[in-house]
Amino acid sequence: MESAERRMDEIMGRLLRAGVILSAVFVLGGGAVYLARHPEPVTDYRVFQGEPEELRRISGIFHEALAFRGRGLIQLGLLILIATPIARVAFSVLAFLYQRDWTYVVVTLIVLGLLVYSLSGA
Amino acid sequence: MGALLAGFLGALTGLGGGVVIVPLLTLVFHVDIHYAIGAALVSVIATSSGAAAAYVREGYSNVRVGMFLEIATTIGALVGAALVIHLHVSAISIIFGVVLLYSAYASMTEHADSGANAGPDRIATRLRMDSTYPTASGLQSYHVRGVPQGFGLMLVAGVLSGLLGIGSGAVKVLAMDKAMKLPFKVSTTTSNFMIGVTAAAGAGVYLRRGYIDPGLAMPVMLGVLAGSLLGARLLATARVKVLRLVFSGVIAVLAVEMIYNGLK
Repeated sequence: MESAERRMDEIMGRLLRAGVILSAVFVLGGGAVYLARHPEPVTDYRVFQGEPEELRRISGIFHEALAFRGRGLIQLGLLILIATPIARVAFSVLAFLYQRDWTYVVVTLIVLGLLVYSLSGA
Repeated sequence: MGALLAGFLGALTGLGGGVVIVPLLTLVFHVDIHYAIGAALVSVIATSSGAAAAYVREGYSNVRVGMFLEIATTIGALVGAALVIHLHVSAISIIFGVVLLYSAYASMTEHADSGANAGPDRIATRLRMDSTYPTASGLQSYHVRGVPQGFGLMLVAGVLSGLLGIGSGAVKVLAMDKAMKLPFKVSTTTSNFMIGVTAAAGAGVYLRRGYIDPGLAMPVMLGVLAGSLLGARLLATARVKVLRLVFSGVIAVLAVEMIYNGLK
């Protein structure tokens, strides 16, 4: 592999790791807040109810997180986690652009489009 | 919390947490399967991204093959996630049990490298998939073959991932190893980074539908992260053969239970 590609791979690796760590920080922090406020987790997971609207959409999640609610923070962390592979794919688009590999720019854009579609309204 | 334990154990088996997490959550803790799958998908992303971070840097994974096949797995994941609301829970349970049995079987058999490469393949060359990977004796080049078969298999892998909340690593590696003739190390590492993307697609849909509950996903994800960190250390000291037998046994039991539950 050419050295330019190797460098791209290295940056991608660091990006992935940073994403997981950042996400974990939010999840851990949010978890602490959540448990502090609800020492006895009594949520019944046996029946499926579906999450409240605020925790489903990106704008809602940010709102809950800024309000410093435990579940909002956790959900934000999870959102970051889901976004990490997506960021990785987005980065690949740039990497392929840089290498002028047009075929794969298209390929990666397709994947990116599918991923964004999943988060936006599938 | 019980979920922490589930995540922890899931990561230790080394099969990719999802396969163990969903049965543990649903059978032992009686969590509704939709929540369980949502939480499992999240943890799959965590482990996959963490591991992929290391592999990509070493230059083993084939990004082009992975990206191209990702189209298939992502479409599959979206389809799988969409199917979840239409399938009855018992059907999901049964499918899961079957896949689990297969995974247990697959983890028992040793993998030998598919053997010498036959030569370039037209589609693969057009898509510039052939590459090299580092070996002890320097960079070893290889050709990629069987692109359409690989694509088809990846569609299946994607659907399974979106439907069951697993990473489908076993299917992916098999597809790349046997159908596309990639060197084994390349198959495993490429599959690793693909898993994260596939799971993200599935998780995105689950999030929008409200299947991901922070209270549940949080301990599972943290447990999985802790488990994989510790697991790496433990594995160095334990005897691999024994571990494999134990885990295959556990999984076989879980598989049977899932199927039984589904049939009730």
